Amino acid sequence: MEEFVKRHPLWSLVIAILVAVLLWLVLAPWPAELAAKWGRKQIFLNALFGGITLGALYFLVAAGFTLIFGLMRVVNLAHGSLFLLGGYLGYEVASASGSWFLAFPIVFVAVGLLGLLMQHFIFTQMEGEELRQTLVSIGISIVLADLMLWFWGGQSYSILAPEFLQGPVEVPIVTTINATTGVANYLRYPSVRLWILAAAIVIGLGMWFTLNRTALGMLIRAGVDDREMLAASGVRIRLVFLAVFGFGAGLAGMAGIVGGTFQSLSPGEDTRFLLASLVVVIVGGMGSIVGAAVGALVIGVTEQMGFVYAPTYSVVFTFLVMAVVLAFRPQGLLGARR
Amino acid sequence: MAATDHAPTRSAPTVEPLWIERVPAGWWVLALVLLFMPVVANNFWLFQVMGWTFILGMIGLSLMFLAGYGGMVSLLQMTVAGVAGYMVAILGSSGVATISLGLSWWIVLPVAYLVSALFATVAGALSVRTEGIYTIMITLAVAAAFFYFTRQNYSIFNGYSGFNLVLPPALFGVAWRDPVPFYYLTLGAAALSYAAVTYLSRAPFGLALQGVRDNPRRMAALGFGVTSHRVAAHALASVFAATGGILLVWQNSQIAPGTIGIPAAIDILVVAVVGGLRRPLGPFIGAFIYVLLNVFSSDFLGFFGFSAERFKLIIGLGFLAVVLFSPDGVLGLWDRWRARAAARQAARNGGAA
Repeated sequence: MEEFVKRHPLWSLVIAILVAVLLWLVLAPWPAELAAKWGRKQIFLNALFGGITLGALYFLVAAGFTLIFGLMRVVNLAHGSLFLLGGYLGYEVASASGSWFLAFPIVFVAVGLLGLLMQHFIFTQMEGEELRQTLVSIGISIVLADLMLWFWGGQSYSILAPEFLQGPVEVPIVTTINATTGVANYLRYPSVRLWILAAAIVIGLGMWFTLNRTALGMLIRAGVDDREMLAASGVRIRLVFLAVFGFGAGLAGMAGIVGGTFQSLSPGEDTRFLLASLVVVIVGGMGSIVGAAVGALVIGVTEQMGFVYAPTYSVVFTFLVMAVVLAFRPQGLLGARR
Repeated sequence: MAATDHAPTRSAPTVEPLWIERVPAGWWVLALVLLFMPVVANNFWLFQVMGWTFILGMIGLSLMFLAGYGGMVSLLQMTVAGVAGYMVAILGSSGVATISLGLSWWIVLPVAYLVSALFATVAGALSVRTEGIYTIMITLAVAAAFFYFTRQNYSIFNGYSGFNLVLPPALFGVAWRDPVPFYYLTLGAAALSYAAVTYLSRAPFGLALQGVRDNPRRMAALGFGVTSHRVAAHALASVFAATGGILLVWQNSQIAPGTIGIPAAIDILVVAVVGGLRRPLGPFIGAFIYVLLNVFSSDFLGFFGFSAERFKLIIGLGFLAVVLFSPDGVLGLWDRWRARAAARQAARNGGAA
């Protein structure tokens, strides 16, 4: 951080000012002129929070995607299908057992196993052939999409969160102050979204910690940099690959449950989330967990803000962000230049 | 291998005498079969099967040009085709009188080609900053952006419903959307595109592009502009895609965001890869297989007791089988089979001598 400030004093200043403005927008009650121009503060805050929680969902999908890509160089374009499959399975488990929480471990194991099978029987057969892996994963996604359409049909499903997570909670952020009585109104926000945000942060921190502070993480990072050397020094890199693929796939499956709780599940969501994770890792930088977090946050907030303030062009904004990032940093915001 | 018989080529008769002797007999047969097809085939085959094959083949051809000679697998080609198609609908006449300008074809067509070339150049310039799988990801993202944009923009692209009643101009008093004229129109366009790609692949530009594909650093050291060659390839490929796009709009007489969605973009990749990315003939073979499966899948699937909706499953499994077992597509299988036959023949001759 200090290094960054020393190297880019101007950029640091710009970022600091932006952060200060954002903090003021969030914390302070808005003056009347601002509210007249932008609409009520509550709308802005809802868009912002919606963006952050959407970013959490994108992070859950994109983290597995970028981890698999970073280590194995497999662009698994069937990642969106794993997301959707996880969502459908989660719906089945949750509605059969009545327990939302039970769905998570079951889906993690089931979709993770599918990932293991894909890695073991297909992707290991074509190590280093990136284009073939991409094409094969596209083929898998076509087949999976049609199988899911076959089993679950074209209607949309949504997964019910458990009762104590339903409904809004009061967040200690002031939205308005009543001019006559002086009573402050606080923001009310769906609690399930806050819990999911917290879970995404925990998972993200856990992944970061595992990658940077444990022996397994050391192996994975070494595999990213030079897998031949690692294999030559006696590490069973194939097992590490399998573990990472299974974990990434399982994470995508769990994100499917979250997606089904937030929004809904229907055919087409697989491509939507595949694209979201593509854009997130392009913006954030391939193979970087922190990059995925930053990218997911940027894309989520951009999408929600666009959705609220310029609905016609909301999708275009996210791609505009991607184009701008690519134009200036082709390797992504936090990606390493290769 | 029935597919080989229907891929278009009329490049043969146009080249100088020396070449004619070198054109294999198979090509002559193919050209004759294609030219005289309307004598035997019914309208459904001419318009729906062959017309669609040539159109998909042309869009696949533009991908083959980029991927086979330039090493850039782009998922943008359907989008480029869609830009040209939308331009025809917006500038020409359509059922949406509030948006369509109703200009004459000699303004509409050049502008459609220009705009799609411009789009391909800008998007290409963005995507050539990256390589390999990154290119796929970025072109996929740009294609998705354009799809969502057309779906949400009502003032230019008429949003979700798109344009209907987009008809080809009645040039020279011919109703171009009638089966026989449309067949010859698409056949001619496909043959021209095929000839152009074959010519380009041997022209200095095409050779330089193949050099850039194989060893960009060496080409850069030799003084070739690597990036400019790649961007120029995107611009050139846009011509074939745009031709396909314009004909596609005329064939369906409509265009909507669904025409250029992600599944459609993936279909073009499937068509090109299944046929084979090595030679310009590949995409046409792939397109023929795809169209046959699409048109006849209901009968075919019904025969095995499945519902007709499982067409995508068949396509997906077929595509998976091809990329798993023959990375060069059907043409690669054919080459391998011929090589094996030749080796067997040589072994037999050797044994006899």
